[in-house]
Amino acid sequence: MSKNKHELVEKHVGWFAVLALIAISIGGLVEITPLLFQKQVNEPVKHLRPYTALELEGRDIYIREGCVGCHSQMIRPFRHETERYGHYSVAGESVWEFPFLWGSKRTGPDLARVGGRYSDEWHYVHLMDPRAVVPESNMPGFPWLAERTLDGRLTERKMRAFQTLGVPYSDEDIEGAAQEVIGKTEMEALIAYLQSLGTHLR
Amino acid sequence: MSSFWSAWIIVLTLGTLIALMILLRWNMKNFTDVEEGESMGHSFDGIEELNNPLPKWWTILFWLCFIWGFFYLALYPGLGNFKGLIGWQSSNQDVRSLEESRLAVEQAREQGLNVRYDRERRRAEEVYGPIFQQYAQMSITEISQTPEALQIGQRLFLQNCAQCHGSDARGSRGFPNLTDGIFSWGGEPEHIYATLMTGRNAQMPAQLDALGEQGIEEVTEYVLSLSGRAVDRDLARAGEQKFAVCAACHGQDGKGNIALGAPNLTDSAWLYGGSRNAIAETLRYGRNGVMPKWDEILGEDKVKILSGYVLSLSPES
Repeated sequence: MSKNKHELVEKHVGWFAVLALIAISIGGLVEITPLLFQKQVNEPVKHLRPYTALELEGRDIYIREGCVGCHSQMIRPFRHETERYGHYSVAGESVWEFPFLWGSKRTGPDLARVGGRYSDEWHYVHLMDPRAVVPESNMPGFPWLAERTLDGRLTERKMRAFQTLGVPYSDEDIEGAAQEVIGKTEMEALIAYLQSLGTHLR
Repeated sequence: MSSFWSAWIIVLTLGTLIALMILLRWNMKNFTDVEEGESMGHSFDGIEELNNPLPKWWTILFWLCFIWGFFYLALYPGLGNFKGLIGWQSSNQDVRSLEESRLAVEQAREQGLNVRYDRERRRAEEVYGPIFQQYAQMSITEISQTPEALQIGQRLFLQNCAQCHGSDARGSRGFPNLTDGIFSWGGEPEHIYATLMTGRNAQMPAQLDALGEQGIEEVTEYVLSLSGRAVDRDLARAGEQKFAVCAACHGQDGKGNIALGAPNLTDSAWLYGGSRNAIAETLRYGRNGVMPKWDEILGEDKVKILSGYVLSLSPES
């Protein structure tokens, strides 16, 4: 072997991979692992409650329709954000979110505290045809949500999954869950979800 | 954070920084057996690797990054539980309620903590506080006649109210027009202020079960007749007999009741449409009009200015 020690990694892809993996994992070990054990990100805010069955289904519609692609749910601690959206988001609001929907793109406004800001009726009109109430909006309409109804087939299993992840659903909550959503439209579910957003920090 | 995780972060962070410095230092000397600038002895497609040193500007930048990094870690919170020499933090992140958030702001101020968001709020308070203070002492009617206040009001309106009431405040179906001077919940300054602060919920119950399809048709004719529209007199007369249940909220004369948000049926304003079909639909299935409350979102001062702005939109003022 020559004196050139670079060759140890330049000519041995296995060693190179191992060292690269170590280098990359340090960032995660420092920034992620301690968080998993920190009270701040594990303890819910005082009034946090798990989603109702209908809200939970609405959340899945939100995910399915890709709302997170254009709407963040994360109010940063800047005055120009809190003046518009309300108190900045805190970790305790997201402890039962799997996965969280913070997003990173704001083609539309942040929705972290949209709950209670508009009436159900407004959300209905706006989701059917956004330009009916906000003429300059470039959001697409979602009229099919009003036609499709929920069958509740997976509702209980979804709630069980969340229960496993530590969301405090009682067995009674879960048993009646399907009945709560059967026959409701996807629109109703999504609006119920939107109306719950950000209302737990109070 | 427990001291274990704090130590974990400190050791890994500083350890990595120092290891990188050693690695960089080590790579700055030529330990190959090739002279600087000479070929390393291999070429691909005619491109040859020469034993060139790391560019000077690049290494200098690298060293400056280390220096910057150590200063940063000394001043700002980066090393576990160490808060940094200037005690900076972005916000009060571990609050669990709005009350705790308020307390955290006060506590941070008392302890002289350097909370960036709180400082930003305080600076804004110093600049804008006196302006809002000045309007807080005026009556809503006075505000509605003060051009500067109305400019603020319009901004607030466009940001918070235009989504439902429209940027020209003329509303749309289901969302009241604020420029016609007609207010189901009352148009006096204190009414408007109360509507904004506490929100409103106007519930028109569905009447299809009680009246039947025939009854709906009759009452629709009668309601149309109240505002002087051309109607089938026989149907309207029959509808008048059934209006008693409506009168509970809309009044015997149909002029409405601002305590319940029951609209006046004798004017030409129709929140959900004034066509025969629209009125019949309202009767059949009911309506549920909701005005959200703004007390917590905007606070008294801004709501007051907004009330003045809304008042100024009415024709008589």
